Amino acid sequence: MRRFLTTTMAIALLAHTAQAQQLNFDDPAEFAKQRDQLTAKANGPEGEPWVQYYGDSMVDTAKYKKDGPYTICFSNAGVNNAWRVTGWTNMQAEVKLHPEIKELIHVDAEGSDDKQIADIDDLIAGGKCSILIVSPNTTAALTPAVEKACAALPVVVFDRGVQTKCPISFIHPVGGYGFGIQAGEFVANNVPAGANVLMLRIVPGVDVLETRASAAKRIFDEKGLKILGQEFTEGDNAKTKSIVEDYLQRGNIDAIWMDAGATAVAAIEAFEDAGIPVPVITGEDQQDFLQKWKTDGLKATAPTYPTYQWRTPIIAAVKILKGESIPGPEWVLPQPAITAESLDTYVNDKMPPLHHAMCGCETLPAYPAAWGGK
Amino acid sequence: MTEKTVEMTEASLFPGKRRLPQVNPVYFVLAALLCAIALSNPNFLEPPGYLNFLKRAAPLAILAAGQIYVIVSGGFDLSVGSVITLTVVGSSMLLDNNDDATWWVILVMFAIGAAVGLINGLVVSYLRVPSLIATLGMMITLNGAAFMWSSGSPRGYLPDTFRFFGRYNIKGMPLIQFLPVALIVLVVVGIALFWLMHRTNLGRLLHAIGDNPRAAQMSGVPVERIRIFAFVISSLSGVTAGILLGGFAGVSTDVGTGYELQAITATVIGGAQLLGGRGSVPASIAGALTLAAIFTLLNFIGLPKPTRDVVQGLILIVAVVLATYRRNRAGGR
Amino acid sequence: MISLANLARPFARERMERQAPAFLLAAAIMIYAVTALSLGLTRFLTPEAAISILNRSIALGMTAAGQTFAILVASIDLSVAHLISASAVLASVIMNGEPSMIIPAILASMTLGVVVGTLNGLLITKLEVNPLIATLGMSLVIQGCLASFYTSFSGRVPSEFQFFAYGEVSGLPFSLLVLIALVLLAWLLLRFTRFGSNIYSVGGNRDTARAAGIKTARVVVAAHIICSLCAALAGLYLASRLKSGSPWIGSEGAYDLESIAVVVIGGTVLSGGRGGIWGTTAGVVIFSLIDSIFNLAGIDAFAKQVMRGIIIVAAVAFYAVRSKRMVA
Repeated sequence: MRRFLTTTMAIALLAHTAQAQQLNFDDPAEFAKQRDQLTAKANGPEGEPWVQYYGDSMVDTAKYKKDGPYTICFSNAGVNNAWRVTGWTNMQAEVKLHPEIKELIHVDAEGSDDKQIADIDDLIAGGKCSILIVSPNTTAALTPAVEKACAALPVVVFDRGVQTKCPISFIHPVGGYGFGIQAGEFVANNVPAGANVLMLRIVPGVDVLETRASAAKRIFDEKGLKILGQEFTEGDNAKTKSIVEDYLQRGNIDAIWMDAGATAVAAIEAFEDAGIPVPVITGEDQQDFLQKWKTDGLKATAPTYPTYQWRTPIIAAVKILKGESIPGPEWVLPQPAITAESLDTYVNDKMPPLHHAMCGCETLPAYPAAWGGK
Repeated sequence: MTEKTVEMTEASLFPGKRRLPQVNPVYFVLAALLCAIALSNPNFLEPPGYLNFLKRAAPLAILAAGQIYVIVSGGFDLSVGSVITLTVVGSSMLLDNNDDATWWVILVMFAIGAAVGLINGLVVSYLRVPSLIATLGMMITLNGAAFMWSSGSPRGYLPDTFRFFGRYNIKGMPLIQFLPVALIVLVVVGIALFWLMHRTNLGRLLHAIGDNPRAAQMSGVPVERIRIFAFVISSLSGVTAGILLGGFAGVSTDVGTGYELQAITATVIGGAQLLGGRGSVPASIAGALTLAAIFTLLNFIGLPKPTRDVVQGLILIVAVVLATYRRNRAGGR
Repeated sequence: MISLANLARPFARERMERQAPAFLLAAAIMIYAVTALSLGLTRFLTPEAAISILNRSIALGMTAAGQTFAILVASIDLSVAHLISASAVLASVIMNGEPSMIIPAILASMTLGVVVGTLNGLLITKLEVNPLIATLGMSLVIQGCLASFYTSFSGRVPSEFQFFAYGEVSGLPFSLLVLIALVLLAWLLLRFTRFGSNIYSVGGNRDTARAAGIKTARVVVAAHIICSLCAALAGLYLASRLKSGSPWIGSEGAYDLESIAVVVIGGTVLSGGRGGIWGTTAGVVIFSLIDSIFNLAGIDAFAKQVMRGIIIVAAVAFYAVRSKRMVA
């Protein structure tokens, strides 16, 4: 009996504190800011979005100036999905463009916060790094480690951020709200009011994905669309297809909104197999989706979280070590969506299915072989 | 001699009323669940409803039918999930969108699967590594190997000839409108594995070594060879499931994740006794269908994934508690 | 009472079992040293580097210390990973940045550990559920409960509590000292107490132990409580290290399978009754060394995974191949 009471108490405690503790992934100010950035004009050279930036805030890096050759250290959250694989290939290719870089030391945290903290410690202790690039596994957990690194080295952070201003610059595209807005507005503009939208998401709780969903929901609510459900696919094709099949059995789907595109083709196949026309759908810049879109003439859009952002940290690192100023403390990169008009530019059936087309990698050395293309 | 041992344990399990208690409760549970699904979603009674359900459950059912071989022999096979992943990733690498290569690629995959099972079996039998560890090591290794092979992201598409097995339906069937090829594969594999385990001497030996390996060895059963055979069957079922899953949904690098524990869960729900000696192929398939039915039902009711996890965990424990209770009451061990 | 199994153990085997983990450890250290020297990275051979290597595996070490108890009584615990997450989130939510809540949070986490351990133990002993299934089921239940309330980082750890993960006492990381203390405590418990010898007896042969008057069920439940407490402690450490608890921290580190792997690499046999905490400690250090060697040599994560799988099997084979026992 006592044991039972303790259990109940523990659960009650969990339930009680749960409400107060959720992080805020629905920030109207950030939503508005990112919506403006999507249409704003970026600074920097035309046609090279990976060195473009919004705003004109720069950081002076004269104090980091150092003679070459440089050893660049990179603590990577992981190469555990296709987006990160494309990005990591971009980064390695970008390094080849800079003869002043002697070595790129790469440590892979395999998707573990704990390991990444240890990795960063080791890189600092190793004493070989001229500069440290961090792609944090999660924002919250890596903050102390990055703070520690800042005390010893110049640090650049990209993709996800950290909750400290100590890195010289935090490089990222417009952001999750932007992604959600691009996909959400496309759906809202192409279906009548009251239409049924199925939201397919990967997992709950990840900041960069939660913001995509909250932005889209805001738009759907504004336009009076009906959200059939929000389902988590865990990025699994089979699960995605099953979920869509189940919804089709129960009723009509007018649009599919996705927070990431890896399983978009599986969702499309559920309609094909059921003999139902594919509705309005949003995906991402994966080749398999783009090709399907083109051959089947779908009504679709592909917002991107561009993998070319993996080139920028190397460019920034070299500039910092040469003492040249860079955009900062945030370096916001453009985040274009692929639309029906620009689709042909990005479709390339020589590239592998999950290659991310918005890679800015076509002019890099070893393209396309290093990306698995022919 | 070994035949006798098995017969005897079965007889002592069900004293007196031999017929009635022999029906495994998993079939009743499955029937009840299917009724519940039909009630919560009448569309399920239409052919697309239940056929899609069976099509989707086929990979897990095949996996469970293979896993039961290892379980009956007294071991575990944790490597099947990674075999699925390796099959899907490997096929996409080898096929590279070439329709004509399907047949030999499938053969190569089965050969790889057989090799994996052989290594598992050899490591367990001759290096005396417990199967939990041996197949855990294999799981980690194969997942790494699949990633290495594809450099982390799938490099090719699976052509339609390959996806035929997992995706396509034979149209124009009388009564049921269409028949998924995956379902045919399940029936064929199910019958073959049923026959092998329950109608051949090999199957009896398998039960014997799981029941009491020492006694089996003393009575001249080639324990090592039979164990290796069980692991090979399990791995081959992993390849089959991989071909179906790859066919159903296309390439991805983590298709197999979690399937090993689901397969073991399915056999347990089907009344298999862990650490050997007892289990049946049809009951394991029914266990897999039960698991799939639970997921489907919870999905139709609209419960979120966390709740599904809790329910799955509780059902798993309850299934084993009930099985133990039944055995104890029936006067077994 | 001296345990029967202890007496029955042949002396030679015992010696071999004691020395084998040390031998594996020596091999791992040598490979590490050779790798560092051949790459000209002598900086990685200093005492500081050694500490940093050990510091890699604090959470794994804590979990594995507990897992050793479960495996010694011929059980196993697959629920540790999600228990770690639950403990981390619970502690971080209760603290929520308040130093005054540190003690209640620690108590709550420990209580959670006791509850889970007791439930595991009772399922296994009273309801006779196979430990693999019992703890797998428990693991799903914990994961589900946790995920229905928390999907992301929750709560905040006050800076005082971060001392656990980041503090230093006379040059040594505080967390490492805690781990060392835990290992010593486990050793004392196993080596010098009646409870310790009961654990070996129950793991060696439950029926014989029962016949000898040991309350076997109690021993198994106690072993599971210790195992869960250690996991809860690991959860506290990770909450302190990450400043906050996340519901995926335990499964992300795969602490369930990793801790089992480490324990068996350390020479504790899955069938129970043989092995000990020092072997586990060696196993943990070996895993950290593998990590460091691969980082030093710059080998990619996929190849590392392949090697890891092979190493686990090879290390266990190294012990097992001599044994006459049949395994399955």
